[in-house]
Amino acid sequence: MVSQMVMYDEESRRITSVCERLGREANARAVFVIDKNGQLIASSGDTEHLDSTSLASLVAGEIAATGGLAKLMGEKEFSTLFHEGAKDHLHISVVASRVILVVIFDSRSSLGLVRLRVKKCSEELTQIFEQLMKRSEASGQQSPFAEITDEDIDKLFSV
Amino acid sequence: MSFINYSSREINCKIVYYGPGLCGKTTNLQYIYNKTSPTAKGKMISLATETERTLFFDFLPLSLGEIRGFKTRFHLYTVPGQVFYDASRKLILKGVDGVVFVADSQIERMEANQESLDNLRDNLKEQCYDIEKIPLVLQYNKRDLPNAAPVEDLSRMLNYLARPEFLATATSGFGVFDTLKEVAKLVLQELRKGTR
Ligand SMILES: Nc1nc2c(ncn2[C@@H]2O[C@H](COP(=O)(O)OP(=O)(O)OP(=O)(O)O)[C@@H](O)[C@H]2O)c(=O)[nH]1
Ligand SMILES: [Mg+2]
Repeated sequence: MVSQMVMYDEESRRITSVCERLGREANARAVFVIDKNGQLIASSGDTEHLDSTSLASLVAGEIAATGGLAKLMGEKEFSTLFHEGAKDHLHISVVASRVILVVIFDSRSSLGLVRLRVKKCSEELTQIFEQLMKRSEASGQQSPFAEITDEDIDKLFSV
Repeated sequence: MSFINYSSREINCKIVYYGPGLCGKTTNLQYIYNKTSPTAKGKMISLATETERTLFFDFLPLSLGEIRGFKTRFHLYTVPGQVFYDASRKLILKGVDGVVFVADSQIERMEANQESLDNLRDNLKEQCYDIEKIPLVLQYNKRDLPNAAPVEDLSRMLNYLARPEFLATATSGFGVFDTLKEVAKLVLQELRKGTR
């Protein structure tokens, strides 16, 4: 069974700073890091007028479907996707086999530049996620929910 | 696979509504969406055919409030029930924390219910989940219809694992929130046990 996904302050800060740098270096509008299950991990840039929860679930769905296609064709995975719009473009790639990096950019940047910068940042993100995995395994996983009571749970629904 | 974020103090869980075509999975989510206050929900996304059959999934993010200082968020998904969309169903089950099996109470859908439940078990197994261990509740939907089978029959045919079961009429909302609360509760209780 899959292990629990956890995120700590330190790694969260580091991931966000990689996103910010990628955004700057690639001249991108926004950058998102999303868990393969569709949960948003970090973002940077012009994210306010974007529904990031919806974006995360749709991108995860797309990567899942693409992964299914890859399997069907005997490929390990299709590691990047590119969507070209009239104004905005999406560069989507899988990092460390478990998270998804999304870059939104427009005519102030180019696919070549985005590709180049993504490649560099992917290595960095891979390292951070590997460290995160080790750390959550080593911590013995004492769940913060280990002590919740039935009452706590009931309270959630009393409103 | 729930996601505990110590940095933003959030916990995310994934709940999947499963069941045969036209049993009312999307209707469950639509009712929840309509009855939840705007602050507690995000946008509902439906990837559907022109005839409103689910093509890939419906998605509804909900926040339920705080437990021990952590915001609890539930991501609700439905699968496409039509038999030939099996590849998509498998994808949606990835990372699932809890399942609502929606059965269509109509007598003539009995076989479809059973097939779908078997399909759930097989697809879970393919991802190394055990249907006997995953938080699961059953909902017998469409109780308003005259051809609804007696509850005892549904229970005997589908609930061999003796999980919590609910009667529902998703179009009017009867039973919809009771079902959701129960599965959310089971998921949180599972979290209490720590890593699976
Ligand atoms: N009478 C009655 N009709 C219902 C009820 N719940 C759903 N329906 C109707 O059944 C039809 C199918 O409902 P959906 O919610 O789209 O079914 P679904 O399970 O999402 O179907 P797929 O997406 O194909 O898997 C719709 O016309 C609903 O209005 C119910 O409790 N009673
Ligand atoms: Mg549907």
